[in-house]
Amino acid sequence: MKRTVFAYPYVVWMLIFILAPMLMIAYYAFTSDGAFTLANLAGALTNEMYMQVLLRSVWIALKATVVCLLLGYPIAYLLSKMKRSTASLLSVLFIVPMWMNFLLRTYAWQVLLSPSGILNNLLKAVGLPAQQFLYTESAVMLGTVYNFLPFMILPIYTVLSKMDQSQIEAAHDLGANGPTTFFKVVLPLSMPGVISGITMVFIPAITTFAISRLLGGGKFMLYGDLIENQFITLGMDAWGSGSALSFILLVLVLISMAVMRRAEREAGEEGGGKLW
Amino acid sequence: MSKHLIDLIDIRKSYGTEDALKRINLYIRDGEFLTLLGPSGCGKTTLLRLIAGFTMPTEGRVLIDGKDVSAIPPYKRRVNTVFQKYALFPHLNVYDNVAFGLKIQKLPKDEIDRRVNEMLELVNLKGYGKRWIEQLSGGQQQRVAIARALVNRPQVLLLDEPLGALDLKLRKGMQIELKRMQQHLGITFVFVTHDQEEALTMSDTVVVMNEGVIQQIGTPTDIYNEPKNVFVAKFIGESNILPGTMKRDLLVNFHGMDFTCVDKGFAPNEPVDVVIRPEDIDLVAPDAGMLRGVVKSVLFMGVHYEFRVECGDVMLTVHSTDYVEPGCEVGVVILPDAIHIMHKSDAPDAAEPLPQEDLPEDAPELLPEE
Ligand SMILES: Nc1ncnc2c1ncn2[C@@H]1O[C@H](COP(=O)(O)OP(=O)(O)O)[C@@H](O)[C@H]1O
Ligand SMILES: [Mg+2]
Repeated sequence: MKRTVFAYPYVVWMLIFILAPMLMIAYYAFTSDGAFTLANLAGALTNEMYMQVLLRSVWIALKATVVCLLLGYPIAYLLSKMKRSTASLLSVLFIVPMWMNFLLRTYAWQVLLSPSGILNNLLKAVGLPAQQFLYTESAVMLGTVYNFLPFMILPIYTVLSKMDQSQIEAAHDLGANGPTTFFKVVLPLSMPGVISGITMVFIPAITTFAISRLLGGGKFMLYGDLIENQFITLGMDAWGSGSALSFILLVLVLISMAVMRRAEREAGEEGGGKLW
Repeated sequence: MSKHLIDLIDIRKSYGTEDALKRINLYIRDGEFLTLLGPSGCGKTTLLRLIAGFTMPTEGRVLIDGKDVSAIPPYKRRVNTVFQKYALFPHLNVYDNVAFGLKIQKLPKDEIDRRVNEMLELVNLKGYGKRWIEQLSGGQQQRVAIARALVNRPQVLLLDEPLGALDLKLRKGMQIELKRMQQHLGITFVFVTHDQEEALTMSDTVVVMNEGVIQQIGTPTDIYNEPKNVFVAKFIGESNILPGTMKRDLLVNFHGMDFTCVDKGFAPNEPVDVVIRPEDIDLVAPDAGMLRGVVKSVLFMGVHYEFRVECGDVMLTVHSTDYVEPGCEVGVVILPDAIHIMHKSDAPDAAEPLPQEDLPEDAPELLPEE
């Protein structure tokens, strides 16, 4: 029996749950009453409100990615410096919340940030006036960063903890002090991890929905919410435009993945690659 | 040649409950080629790492140029290392790997350029500057590692089994190359190997180690001809080691017979170990020998034959270029020169090296100069 047989269920799964929806999106995006049309796409691209939402999504996803990188790299670095047992304990702490549904996690933040929530109660306790945390752009950023930070930390941690210690010693041996060694050796060698981290945060961040609705109160609608809106609220009539929006997002994701893939190859060519 | 560049004083290094190094005392003279020789796990790498500064002794002091370096981090020591697995930077090309140390010193660009190219030429890698590390063979990577270290003109170059990963032919070539570079640059080399032949051909001084203890320090000829104990005798080349008794100066008894020898200074009737190198034993006609024996087996070794000769209850290993049939009766001749007497290894001070001051100032070269 050929071993490829074992892959059949997987192939079927892929066909049903990945390929078929994509084909359906393409079908609805480019047809109207069964006839080919570019009107849906044109409508999606010329609607000023839609384009604003798209730009905001890209912008928030970019900001969230940068914040995740700035937070995630030092955390990953510290983890990689710790004893392996401590590090795995701590990474479990990062991972356990990930087992919870992300809507639940986001609801939890809603409770924490609400006007009568824990944070405001704390402020009250130390005699400060209550703040509007919820339904701000910062709350949306916080939710996004909180949800996707582990996807930045883990690939960077993996690369750093596998790094050949003798290369770091070699740098010291050749006269490099701590900071110089970091910037000339450790950082360049960890680029593959940084790039996968960026991909794994940016792509889900740009496609996410619900976070902005729950923490932004609808004031900061993102592209994902827009698409959800078309299908759920507007119903059958909007499937065409909803699919066009999905198609645009899909193209955007594919472009970002291609860019990252390229960056990855370049980092790989400079060596350091083959780690992941 | 006589100035001490590095002194290791009463060094002990423990990892948890295990002592990787015990009571190490060693000095390294300026400009010498010193080899640490010993089986895997005997503490050679640990000793190098103490000099480089990657690890600190549990007890004892490391002096470089007479100054205690315990407070000096590795990047401030004028010591460079060729790592066991090279540890080259995969994100830099050959040129930038070699230039790494010079760029950190912020030397002018044209000086960096000149020195890097000079060094690439010295290690026969002229024109390889733009290559990536992974595009190089093991031997080439090894030479990049040497260039990257030497370009900084260190006081001491530490080499941790640098030839271990190369095939035999390449290794022989590199042995000669390294020796040539060391003589050309006049830099002190501390070289680690577990290959006794390599140690004997390359070094001015050989330090034989076992289980974290220095067994003997000496010139290659000393180490080979005058092993201080059974470990050294067995580790360096092949030996016949027989129990015996030192009757008095210049007379030893073993195998139930008295033999004249050249050793003295032992206690009367002290039990000793007698070392006889296989190539120092002569096989002659049965009646012309001091002992009688029977050839049990013969192996052709390329240049010579290796015989196993049974003399009563001992089996001697003998090297000779003249062929003798297995089963033949032979006479065995052991001249006074061939006999080397050692204190018993279980004697309390057997593992202590003799004071290093015994070394002659200028060690004779085994390797012919080019
Ligand atoms: N970082 C370390 N932690 C614990 N034990 C070590 C460490 N480094 C070396 N050792 C132990 O010290 C002994 C000597 O090791 P090493 O110096 O590497 O030997 P060699 O280089 O001669 O093969 C070995 O028993 C080794 O297991
Ligand atoms: Mg070693």
